[in-house]
Amino acid sequence: MSDTIHQMHGAGETGAVQPAIELRGIDKRFGAVHANKSIDLRVEKGTIHGIVGENGAGKSTLMSILYGFYQADGGTIHVDGKLCVIKGSEDAIALGIGMVHQHFMLVETFTVLENVILGVEGGAVLRAGVDRAREELKRLEREYALDVNPDAIVGELSVGAQQRVEILKALYRGAEILILDEPTGVLTPQEADHLFRILETLKEQGKTVVLITHKLREIMAATDNVSVMRQGEMVAHRKTAETSPEEISELMVGRKVLLHIEKGEAAPAAIVLEVDNLCVDTLQGVRKVKNASFTVRAGEIVGIAGVSGNGQSELLEALGGIRPVTEGQVLFNGQDVTPGHGVDAAELRHRGVAHVPEDRHRMAMVTGFSAKEAAILGYEDDPAYQKGIFLNWHAIADATEHMMSEFDVRPNDPNLKAANFSGGNQQKLVLAREMMRDPELLLVGQPTRGVDIGAIEFIHKRIVAMRDAGKAVLLVSVELDEIMSLADRILVMCNGSIIGEVAAADANERVLGLMMAGVAPNEAKSAEGHHV
Amino acid sequence: MDNFELVILLLDATLRTSTPLILAALAGMFSERSGTINLALEGMMLGGAFSAATVAYYAGNPWIGLLAAIATTVSLSLLHGFACITHKGNQVVSGMAINILMSGLTALVGIALFAQGGKTPSLDHGSRFQPITLPGADAVADVPILGSLYSELLSGHNILVYIAFLAVPAAWWVMYRTRFGLRLRAVGENPGAVDTAGIGVIAMRYRAVMCSGVLVGMSGAYLSTAQGASFLQDMTAGKGYIALAAMVFGKWRPFPALFACLLFGFLDAAATRMQGVVLPGIGEVPVQLVQALPYVLTVILLAGFIGRAIPPKSLGRPYVKER
Amino acid sequence: MNDTVQLPRWIDVGVLPVINLLLALAVSGLVVLAIGESPSEVVEILLYGAFGYEEAWGYTLYYTTNFIFTGLAFAVAFHCGLFNIGAEGQAYVGGLGVILAALYLDFLPFPIMMIVAILAATAFGAAWAYIPAYLQARRGSHVVITTIMFNFIASSLMVYLLVNVLRPQGSMNPESKQIAEHLRLPFIHDMAASLGIEIARSPLNLSFVYALICSVLVWLFIWHTRWGYAIRTVGANAVAATYAGIEPGRYIIMAMMISGALSSFMALNEVMGVQHRLLIDFTAGYGFVGIAVALMGRNHPFGIFLSALLFGMLYQGGAELSFEIPTISNDMVVVIQGLVILFTGAMEHMFRPRVTKIYMAWHLRRHGQEAA
Repeated sequence: MSDTIHQMHGAGETGAVQPAIELRGIDKRFGAVHANKSIDLRVEKGTIHGIVGENGAGKSTLMSILYGFYQADGGTIHVDGKLCVIKGSEDAIALGIGMVHQHFMLVETFTVLENVILGVEGGAVLRAGVDRAREELKRLEREYALDVNPDAIVGELSVGAQQRVEILKALYRGAEILILDEPTGVLTPQEADHLFRILETLKEQGKTVVLITHKLREIMAATDNVSVMRQGEMVAHRKTAETSPEEISELMVGRKVLLHIEKGEAAPAAIVLEVDNLCVDTLQGVRKVKNASFTVRAGEIVGIAGVSGNGQSELLEALGGIRPVTEGQVLFNGQDVTPGHGVDAAELRHRGVAHVPEDRHRMAMVTGFSAKEAAILGYEDDPAYQKGIFLNWHAIADATEHMMSEFDVRPNDPNLKAANFSGGNQQKLVLAREMMRDPELLLVGQPTRGVDIGAIEFIHKRIVAMRDAGKAVLLVSVELDEIMSLADRILVMCNGSIIGEVAAADANERVLGLMMAGVAPNEAKSAEGHHV
Repeated sequence: MDNFELVILLLDATLRTSTPLILAALAGMFSERSGTINLALEGMMLGGAFSAATVAYYAGNPWIGLLAAIATTVSLSLLHGFACITHKGNQVVSGMAINILMSGLTALVGIALFAQGGKTPSLDHGSRFQPITLPGADAVADVPILGSLYSELLSGHNILVYIAFLAVPAAWWVMYRTRFGLRLRAVGENPGAVDTAGIGVIAMRYRAVMCSGVLVGMSGAYLSTAQGASFLQDMTAGKGYIALAAMVFGKWRPFPALFACLLFGFLDAAATRMQGVVLPGIGEVPVQLVQALPYVLTVILLAGFIGRAIPPKSLGRPYVKER
Repeated sequence: MNDTVQLPRWIDVGVLPVINLLLALAVSGLVVLAIGESPSEVVEILLYGAFGYEEAWGYTLYYTTNFIFTGLAFAVAFHCGLFNIGAEGQAYVGGLGVILAALYLDFLPFPIMMIVAILAATAFGAAWAYIPAYLQARRGSHVVITTIMFNFIASSLMVYLLVNVLRPQGSMNPESKQIAEHLRLPFIHDMAASLGIEIARSPLNLSFVYALICSVLVWLFIWHTRWGYAIRTVGANAVAATYAGIEPGRYIIMAMMISGALSSFMALNEVMGVQHRLLIDFTAGYGFVGIAVALMGRNHPFGIFLSALLFGMLYQGGAELSFEIPTISNDMVVVIQGLVILFTGAMEHMFRPRVTKIYMAWHLRRHGQEAA
């Protein structure tokens, strides 16, 4: 390990500037999907290099190839100017490459220390290695301000702390190059800032950082250079100082982004949904939603903003009748529909509540089902779909075809397996199923996650049309852009509580960001005032 | 015979009946802590018992029989691994397949070799594991209580009994104090963490099921060359499943599993002695009830009425790299 | 769009299982070779034993009846994502229901008794499946382990009842009294004889027809009713089921109870049709064979019928085999059974990549020609 460090420093001093990483012509296919098309990339030593692109652009695949998780079908990898073959994570680690995965690769039942030494135990018996690791960990913690208790059980740590364990793991293995895959997806803006300070320290110590993200703010704030990927191709390299968010976003999607949806003034009418003092606990008894109270009226879109994992998923699931409510009350058109007491998802559907859940694959559909089977999920007991005690598959196929043509789902084939549709078409099918029932209230979570740009526009328009038809819409999204362009009122959730409400007209990213971090609305506004 | 003598005899029988359970339960633990369900303990035990008896008969040496048993069960473990680890097949199905296969194969080959209705020839004195008298056992035999405890309960078992009881702390040490154990436990909880740490998940899981094979092989050999003197068709009679239950009952940990095995072994030993015995105030306890008790207790434990048994997180899930 | 190529149905449900089955049979052939006999001779005897004469057909279909019931039982639970390894115990306890009805309600006329026996089997089998089902649904106890435990508990319970309760006074055998003559399920040869058709005597009885009816009912239930839809949803994605308002626990219990009932119908064949009394261990492992039958039949009633027939043939042919070749015992069939489960169940994915590759090459070439 120390040898590598010396080599690195040596290279730096002589000034023979070899890039830390150079990829040439990397190519990778997964069956019919061409995930990486002849990618070239050069990452300079001692810099923070951003890689941006939409979901599915091929960023994670590229980094997984660099980390030896997959083998490229073609192309070469050069680390420190030397041609390398990376057959597995162990090769990458030996080359001084460390990776912090989007989903943490930690053993939750182990302590921090055990997680850190896994794979580099330093001997067949743990004792000696553990003592050495404890010392080394102390040094690393001091040097990089990574405070974590080495004897804590990882599963009991906060998300931010778990991420620091991942960074410690990489550093302990002597990583000179650190790859972070969407590291802020689970962090508050403030936690993210903490992370960026750590990355800055790493850079000062001569480490190279590769930051994969789809968030422009982070690219602009944290990186020296940025590379843009689109549909498996590397489309541009820029110095961050010489580019703009507008240029990057255009490169990402290949055309001007329509950030604002054309929509008229909302005309809120009667209260449709009234949530009073709602509390939701997990099965383990952790309170996820704390005393939430709000209303949604007919003819308006209420958006719920927040960093993912702050209770909005649980809130949406509780309102959809999936999660039991611990305390509080939910009124729909003045009637008590608090989930748990005889009210479940089926009952809510009967009453006119439609629900598009956040996680399509996990919840909204069964990927092994055909489109027509997917199109009746939740409505399988609809009399229109029955013939005596049997299901009327002819009627169901007709209904599915109607949904598919109405929501432009391609290909329009009710017998095709749901898994064989693209993400956007799957989502449109789910939306069609829920929205064409003409519900009075639409609960919708992350409506455009993993959906291509064309479909995003279509989906946004349908949601606004629904509002204009006098329906109530509750929208949960972690994409601030989406919330700001769709919602008429915005509620911000942090740590299970609704921190406050902002009218869409008064909202901007900074105020919402502060509120998402738990700063009360008044303070958030005045804090912003100071900055201006 | 006084009560003390009776207790000693009962405990002595408990040690003997729980020995194969302990070895098999530890075998199950090694496999399952690494993420591979091992329902095949029953069939592997049977295969081990058959190989041990057959080879010991031809070789005239129980140790060679033991080696044959271990070779058989390790091969079966590799087969299980080939289906479940390499080809990501269903672990429950693979386990059941091996159980059924071995139940048929041992009988079939037994009949083909010896034509004794599936039984192997009786082993003579030298081809079996013999009782070992611990040093000084005879000398202290007359000392009241402690002496007879030592000479009658602790001394006089065959080597496999001692190996089984020593295997428990050994397994604990390997599991919690060595690199191998750390990796094995990690691969059963989150194989992704192991893979990204540069350790091969597949190889790790194979090594774990092979450990499982070694232990269950000894358990099989014990049945046919130590406790018994030949192989009998389906002689395991569900012991593999009881061991599995004991492992679950012991929450996938060595020492609790040992206690579960001793408890189940005790119930087994007691059942044979309770036949027709009328207990004061209760009457005659049906022997079937005592026999069913291990299963009933395990179900009650699984139902969460006496503590919760939390299995390793990725138990039963083949490792697939996520995209 | 997807990285796993979707193979045409005929490959998925036809070619792959057949390849796996052939491999299992090939390995069985090696086993035969290893013990010094000729595989071709064995196949010949097996086939002759199973289909070579009229009586053999009857026996083959009699075994098939059991396998249809236990295969369907495994399949219904499987569609709900459950491994019901407990068919053995459920059938055993179901047999208790049948014998109690037949012995204590012996004043009933036969047609009513038939319905009562079906209801009794259903009630007892479903009840025995209910406890593991409930524990899975409400307390999260894994049904694989609990059903295994329940097989052993059933075995102890039944031994106790047979020895202490059901055994007629003065008898030494742990078995129940005989069922009255008029309450037994008619043999097919007797039924045929009453129509003036003469066929050889065999244990094949009316329950075979009931097995076929059950196959159709299961098919309708799983694919053409909303309850079947709900069960399949729970099996494929329990979270999606909850989202849809399909409470998984409810359908887990439903599927397991139906599974238990189907297992217990085996007792109609054995207890009411053939042995006419309750014997110790009358289930004889048929419950476990059901796993192989269902897996090979891809959990579809039609596939289950075909594989039940195959196993019926193996059982009947195997009996003939041990008769003809003394070195090969009935256990050969158990070996084949184990190998079939291993290859068609546990290693079902082994050939998929290779077959996919061949199919893709073939597909491309054909498409290439069309384009040219």
